[in-house]
Amino acid sequence: MSILIDNVSKNFGDFQAVADIRLEIQPGNLVALLGPSGCGKSTLLRLIAGLELPDSGQIWLEGQDATRQRLQERNIGFVFQHYALFKHLTVAQNIAFGLEVRKTPKAPIKARVEELLELVQLAGYGGRYPAQLSGGQRQRVALARALAVEPRVLLLDEPFGALDARVRKDLRAWLRRLHDEVHVTTIFVTHDPEEALEVSDTIVVMNKGRVEQVGSPVEIYDHPESAFVMSFLGQVNTLPNTPELFPQLSEAAREVLVRPHDLSLSVQAGGPSLTARVERLMYLGWQVQAELVLEAGQPLIVQLSREQADRLQLRPDQPVYVQVRNPKIFPAVAADKQLIEAAA
Amino acid sequence: MTLLAFKKHSVLPGFGLSLGYTVFYLSMIVLIPLSALFFKSATMGWTQFWTTVTDPRVVAAYQLTFGASLVAALINAVFGLLVAWVLVRYTFPGKRILDALVDLPFALPTAVAGIALTSLYAPNGWIGQYLDPLGIKVAFTPIGIVIALMFIGFPFVVRTVQPVLQDLELESEEAAACLGASRLQTFLTVILPTLIPSLLTGFTLAFARALGEYGSVVFISGNMPGRTEIASLLIITKLEQYDYAGATAIAVVMLVAAFVLLFAINLLQRWSSRFATR
Repeated sequence: MSILIDNVSKNFGDFQAVADIRLEIQPGNLVALLGPSGCGKSTLLRLIAGLELPDSGQIWLEGQDATRQRLQERNIGFVFQHYALFKHLTVAQNIAFGLEVRKTPKAPIKARVEELLELVQLAGYGGRYPAQLSGGQRQRVALARALAVEPRVLLLDEPFGALDARVRKDLRAWLRRLHDEVHVTTIFVTHDPEEALEVSDTIVVMNKGRVEQVGSPVEIYDHPESAFVMSFLGQVNTLPNTPELFPQLSEAAREVLVRPHDLSLSVQAGGPSLTARVERLMYLGWQVQAELVLEAGQPLIVQLSREQADRLQLRPDQPVYVQVRNPKIFPAVAADKQLIEAAA
Repeated sequence: MTLLAFKKHSVLPGFGLSLGYTVFYLSMIVLIPLSALFFKSATMGWTQFWTTVTDPRVVAAYQLTFGASLVAALINAVFGLLVAWVLVRYTFPGKRILDALVDLPFALPTAVAGIALTSLYAPNGWIGQYLDPLGIKVAFTPIGIVIALMFIGFPFVVRTVQPVLQDLELESEEAAACLGASRLQTFLTVILPTLIPSLLTGFTLAFARALGEYGSVVFISGNMPGRTEIASLLIITKLEQYDYAGATAIAVVMLVAAFVLLFAINLLQRWSSRFATR
């Protein structure tokens, strides 16, 4: 189902949680709302669900204005970070809840519950209570409960936030496969860029109640439109504004960002490069992270493969030359810069 | 199974000591006085015991005591839940004062409560003067007894339900609404079942408290034998006639009946909270 968020704003007192957002979501898409905490991503999700009412603007579901529609009638599946399962009901009763309140006959409910338990890989767990399940299992029950009513859209609010790292990784891959099977338009909120890159078809990067950029994971990663997007999606280095290295930089007030894996090192001078000194080396399994200090005293982080590092025979205090690939140049807005620091 | 089988390693040692203390304490405070009651009533012999407790006046007192206590506890369960709901879910000026007022029936000497209620509900009292022309008599009737018992049992339900209501996740209500449940359906199928165990606890406490109440009831009931005479009062009457065995016989029946009822409610409560794993 297509969703259109049409210039929606929402304030909580003086705090502007969602600031005039316009966003269109294509049917069948798996969309990640990505941003730092307090950027309004959860509020936007709750606005779509009808759990909050917008101060201005409209929300269109399937070409219908749903802004004033009661949430009971929107037919939306919502999955909460802390599961929000009904503790006094068994797993099967939880999943059946949405169908029971719709007065569906008993026999189809039973069949549907069995089918969903199978889908979330919890066949045989129907008689248990939520308190007897692990976190990952509870979240799968919550997902099955949301899917039971065949929602027009599935909304997940930090669905893996309360789980430990390993379970989160498994569940992420599982959600991706599930979506390929079920094809329901899905929006999930996350503050973890890795999660967004791995799972989604489209990423919506949000900051301070606004949408910074919308695009596929590759687009967002390779062509960030702002310094904020670039620094939020992974580690970055800020380079000094040296005209000999970046002749295209005419104005002084510009910012050059580069990813640690887009820097290469050599021990001999050659071509345009920056000179630096190795400060510290960290061996992180298959890769090596080198912390350098530029001549001007600025720190610089470089990621190398183990093999490259061994060939260069790097050691602390060694002078090195740094070549730069794919530098990204953004207008340096003072306020933007503070944000980058806050996000880092 | 031996006692040792229950013993598990825990962070805090001292299971033996604390269990020993618990048994000793319960014996001194509860078991020994109660068994003395049984021994005393046993002195009168089986036939005499039976005649005493099946006397129409005594049976009427039992019916009134249990009936009025049950009605009062039920009313308290409904309105106590309502008060707890208002205190937890809404903010309004004077909320803290209202919250403190709830405990007042605990602190007030029950005789004072009885006198106050009687003067309010007597045919010439503040409220009674308006009820009297309508043909509603409150003071010196079973209705008055129920009102007195409602007053003294009121805090129990509020105070047992309040913390549970406070801990209730708002999210599960939102989840229910997203799944299409109306407000009423959400209340009946999501909120109420999680409150039932604490509601039952509050009900039981209010009921038990009402069964043993004496001070507030004697003033408002009028104490007419066979009509508005409660069991506690009958016991006092027997004592004043130096019929100690008769008094304990009435008490023993009260005790056994109360224990059976409380035990049954306890089982019901355990069943209603079966979803919580221990």
